[in-house]
Amino acid sequence: MARILLSSSLTPYTGGETELELNVANVAQLFQALGARYPRLRQQLETDLAVAIDGEIYQDALLQAIAGDSEVFLFPKIAGG
Amino acid sequence: MIVASGLKYQARELKIVGTRPLRPDGVDKVTGRARYGADISLPGQLIGKVLRSPHAHARIKSIDTSAAAALPGVKAVISRDDFADMAEEYAAAGELTINFRDVTRNMMAREKVLYDGHPVAAVAATSEAIARAALKLIKVDYEILPHVIDVIAALRPDAPLLHEEQYTEGVNPRPARPSNLAKRLEFARGNVEAGFAAADTIVEREFTTKPVHQGYIEPQACLASYSEDGQAELWTSTQGHFVFRAQCAKLLQMEISKIRVTPTEIGGGFGGKNNIYNEPLAIALSRKSHRPVKMVMTREEVFRATGPTSGGHVKVRLGATRDGRITAATAELSFQAGAFPGSSVAPASMCAFTRYDLENVRVIGNDVTVNRPKVAAYRAPGAPIAAFAVESAIDEMAKKLGIAPIEFRLINAAREGTQTYYGPKLGKIGYIETLEAARAHPHYRAPLGPGHGRGIATGFWFNIGNETTAALNINEDGTATLIMGTIDVAGGSRAAMAMMVAEELGIPFDRVRPHIGDTSSLGFNFITAGSRGTFAGGMACVVAARDAIEKLRDRVARIREVPLEAVLWKDGHAVPAEGSARQFAPMSLAEIAGQAGKTGGPIAGHAELNVQGAGPGFGAHIVDVEVDRQTGSIKILRYTAVQDVGRAIHPAYVEGQLQGGVVQGIGWALNEEYVYDADGILANPGFLDYRIPVASDLPFIDTVIVEVANPNHPYGVRGCGEVPIIAPLAAIANAVENALGIRFYDLPMAPPKVLQAIDEAAAAASKA
Repeated sequence: MARILLSSSLTPYTGGETELELNVANVAQLFQALGARYPRLRQQLETDLAVAIDGEIYQDALLQAIAGDSEVFLFPKIAGG
Repeated sequence: MIVASGLKYQARELKIVGTRPLRPDGVDKVTGRARYGADISLPGQLIGKVLRSPHAHARIKSIDTSAAAALPGVKAVISRDDFADMAEEYAAAGELTINFRDVTRNMMAREKVLYDGHPVAAVAATSEAIARAALKLIKVDYEILPHVIDVIAALRPDAPLLHEEQYTEGVNPRPARPSNLAKRLEFARGNVEAGFAAADTIVEREFTTKPVHQGYIEPQACLASYSEDGQAELWTSTQGHFVFRAQCAKLLQMEISKIRVTPTEIGGGFGGKNNIYNEPLAIALSRKSHRPVKMVMTREEVFRATGPTSGGHVKVRLGATRDGRITAATAELSFQAGAFPGSSVAPASMCAFTRYDLENVRVIGNDVTVNRPKVAAYRAPGAPIAAFAVESAIDEMAKKLGIAPIEFRLINAAREGTQTYYGPKLGKIGYIETLEAARAHPHYRAPLGPGHGRGIATGFWFNIGNETTAALNINEDGTATLIMGTIDVAGGSRAAMAMMVAEELGIPFDRVRPHIGDTSSLGFNFITAGSRGTFAGGMACVVAARDAIEKLRDRVARIREVPLEAVLWKDGHAVPAEGSARQFAPMSLAEIAGQAGKTGGPIAGHAELNVQGAGPGFGAHIVDVEVDRQTGSIKILRYTAVQDVGRAIHPAYVEGQLQGGVVQGIGWALNEEYVYDADGILANPGFLDYRIPVASDLPFIDTVIVEVANPNHPYGVRGCGEVPIIAPLAAIANAVENALGIRFYDLPMAPPKVLQAIDEAAAAASKA
């Protein structure tokens, strides 16, 4: 199971939870599982969030693989000027 | 589209990358041939002009355009009724996610006007004079409402409310009443209470910055032509023509394929040209008039109605031990979002303390709507505001502890593996190398003159990748035409891309000609923002070049009747692979290209990527100032910007980015600010009263390029455009404190404010 860590900025949408374990094979499955578990997080998942899988940051990468022993951080997406 | 994170950095001998050839767009720019937004014209075009709100906040009771429409020469008039209302729908569009419900209301006011300059109607006429005359004939009946500009005032319970349906997002439970606080977010790590309890010294301060404009020299300008079969062409000065196409299609309810956007040369953007303004209006006017419509903003319109950056209020608290270790850090940032939610407070919150390896951190960000234009990104959006506060507090703490400013930062510096408070651990970064390079620079130890002061500050920005495409066509004579999808926002990225392609192909730089493709020539590209141009665009160009090389090898293998693995690409030639038993006569790129038509057809390389693996950038700045105690004027005597850019593909253009960012930061620190009168009307919408730095204000900006390669880019590129604007605000404030013994917590440090502070300090000293 991958270890999923949520940025503290997401606690209003997750009932305060910031850490969980999920059996997911890629980012799309991760977002689907999180959306089912935290309905208030769905809009953020749709447009606002990036992930770091084992230290590598990915934005808009639904097909990126997540290994069973991966550590995944979710945090706000970055853009710039 | 594939996710491209597979190309890794490989150190190797380079022939072109790292040199300084002339930019491909240079001759056209210095001879006046380059075509910017306002230079594009079509036969029969009309001139479009916008009627803007004269009020900061008012309800629109009615709009009567009949007299304007009847004026001879007027061919179309549009207002809110010409656009479909939009439901809440979010999309990524640069700095932050946008909501199309807000975008359509910012483009053209619907129920209310929310700032001085908010568009209310637009006309297209056969001349600008007629268009202006027509605007005066439009009758708008307003119910004037109370307004609020200041971010702290907007947070008060009795503040005028911009959006009656706006309940603060990000708090539990949902507030009972709507407010101007659109969103609150909090990042936390560790236990700050315990951290402060462990501190020997605490610094706690509040800082404010005024809204400033990106200050690009070229005003927004576009030309639209809508044809009777429902196709639209748009020429515009933009940082992202694909994003503009998507947004225009959405707002005008058109299919994306029916809009073709050609980007013109861009006379500066800095984040301010990430967003549509006149573009959908021009298309709508063209659709209604059946004529091309050109719209060019005046400088006054640029100031009143396009996105400046936020004004901010930041509270900072730092705790540290006697030996210089920071034990806890907190900040609360409140940013003006303008008329609609979506300031840069989130990235500002995320980078406020990321230069430091901290156990206990809490950062709160407040996104606040006020009666000002909706803010837009501005070069490392929000980061300079956060860094002004944090780096000023860091400086004060270092002084209290008696530790040199760079040493204090080195004690606490983030490094590879540092856990950030917003999410992931940092990968390979060069903050320590940057600080060490600054410490080693002669400027750091040069003697100061009497009354002079020296300041240090540092900056961090994330940098990004995102969707990027490129095509590389091998021409019949062995030259190459590179079609890029990322806008060259005048920083010279076309040169950098061509250099990387030339390096890959093994041919001279001037045999690769780069062009920016229109939206019909390539797949989707994200805006040029987030310092991604040379990083992500370069990645696409390298992938396209390697794709072309594979096809070249394959062609030679078939021409020479050898296996593919027997063909090596080296120095612009297909040669026998080392150790291969199958020898053959090498072929140059020109020879292969010359035969291409008869050996299988043209050869081209392509890349369609979602680029990942951006490498964060860090900068350290040293500045010397002199303060005129008679006038309060601050003179920048010497400035050195040190930055880790990963790899400088074209060092001269990297230096230019560093210098440009510093200059904009100097303006933000010393002079620039939006000034509103009591009615919420912008009082200084022009460069005479809104003072940006000019050459005579500035010394030569010295630069030091540090190169800690980004492991996720074939040439090690991180990106460099945004970091240099982050540190100057605090560096200059720290230098002024060093010179005067007076610390400024409010920007800009304009002469009247400085003089007043000097007088007050003198009065206080004489009393003592």
